[in-house]
Parts: sequence; C-alpha cells; structure tokens
Amino acid sequence: MKKSRIILFILALLIWMFLSWPPDYQHLIIGILVAGFVSFMTGDMFVKRAHLFKHLSRYLWFLYYIPLFIWECMKANIDVAYRVAHPDLPINPGIVKVKTTLKSDTGLTFLANSITLTPGTMTVDIDPEHGFLYIHWIDVKDKDMQKATQIIVQRFERVLKRIFE
Amino acid sequence: MTEIIGMVFIVIGLIFDLFGCLGLVRLPDVYNRLQASTKCVTLGTCSILFGLFLFKGFTASGIKSILGIIFIILTAPVSAHALARGAHKSGVKLCKGSVCDKYAEDKG
Repeated sequence: MKKSRIILFILALLIWMFLSWPPDYQHLIIGILVAGFVSFMTGDMFVKRAHLFKHLSRYLWFLYYIPLFIWECMKANIDVAYRVAHPDLPINPGIVKVKTTLKSDTGLTFLANSITLTPGTMTVDIDPEHGFLYIHWIDVKDKDMQKATQIIVQRFERVLKRIFE
Repeated sequence: MTEIIGMVFIVIGLIFDLFGCLGLVRLPDVYNRLQASTKCVTLGTCSILFGLFLFKGFTASGIKSILGIIFIILTAPVSAHALARGAHKSGVKLCKGSVCDKYAEDKG
C-alpha cells in the first residue's frame, strides 16, 4: 500500500511540474502539497502489484514497445487513408473474436488500446474472465478464432507480456 | 531548420485529419466511422502537436504539447471503445456488407 502511494506521488508531481514548466520554487511547493494530499487519499488503489516497478527489464521492453507502436500506428493511418480515398471504398467489415493470454488489468488495457490504434482493427468489448476480445475489423481476412488471433494479437502480446505480467 | 521540419509535421497532421473527416462522411456505419476517426484524427492531432513542439522547443507551450500527445494516445482509444460498445449494446446493426458478428452471437 505504501509503495503504491509513493509511485502515485512521483507520477503526479512529475506531470504537475511539466504542466507548470519552467520549474520554479513556488510551483514545486504547491505541487508537493497537492500531490501529497491526493496520494494520501487515493493512493492505495493506484497499483496493485507495486513490486513490479523494480524490474529494470520491464522498462527496457517498454522502450522497445514505443517505436513498434509508432510504426504500427503509421501503417494504420496510411491504410485507413487509402481505404477512405479509394473511389470504390474497399471495406469488408465484421466483428471477430480473439483470445489473449494476458491476465492483468493494465496489460489488457494496453493491448486493447494498441489494437484500436493499429491497422483496421478496433476493440469493441473485453471478456477478462475467459480472455476473449471482440474486435471490429474493417477488412476481415479470417473468421476463425485461431487465425485471427495470430494476425491481430500476437505481435503485441509477446512484448506486453514481458512488460506487464 | 527545425522550423521547416515542424512545418512538415503540421502539414502531415492536417492531411491525416482531413482523411479522418472524409472517412466520417464516406464510410457506411458507426463502427467503420469510428475506425477512421479514431486512427486518423489521433495521429493527425499528435503530429500537429509534435510540430508545435519543434517550433517552440522546451518552453512552456512546447512541454504542454508533449503532455497533450501522451494524454490523447491514452484516452482516444478508450473513448472509441466506449462508443462502439454502447452502440452495440443499444442495438445498432452492422452495415450491409458485413461478414460476421461474433459479438452478437455470443451475447445473444
């Protein structure tokens, strides 16, 4: 519980200092007071497994995840722009079901957000108990669950597993 | 030099925003429209903000634009997900050419 409060305090203070850039003395004092109050009141529900923040390899994998994500995001945009600008509107939409092996809430959230921002796919709903994701696909290549999982989920899952699990 | 690169980023962002709005008009149903608006408008707006950061450097407005990018990337997919789920729950059908709807099959 205590570690969770400290993590929230540091994050809140950092964001506050960036918002009130350039840093100065008065803003720092106000920031410490308010961030301390907020993390004292609500800090115990911010992170559940605080010991994971100590592992250095998770941060390195996160650094690897950022360029991967930006590259997929660029591809997504060019793909959608092509479909929208094409005179025949080449879409083939449908909602498919895929399976994920991620269990933690943060991991599932990141996976769903990454899927939404990557080529032609958007998360409609999550079933965390069974690990199913329902995904709207603008160009359905395969209705089968296994094949769709291979195409959509696996390129992120293997990285996200190392960061959040 | 950085001002020219910033200008290029802003122009790219404007083009993607334009495609996003075009998709909002042209595509047939709610879900496809959400696809176009989420992806293109997210990257377009982030690109404009990044161009602004290159113009301003590490000043008050430059740092705020970087924070804006982070918060847009975190919140835009969540709102799209909420809209799509709400639309499906309140009974909006997929458009005519749709291939399959596993979600409706599972939830009855």
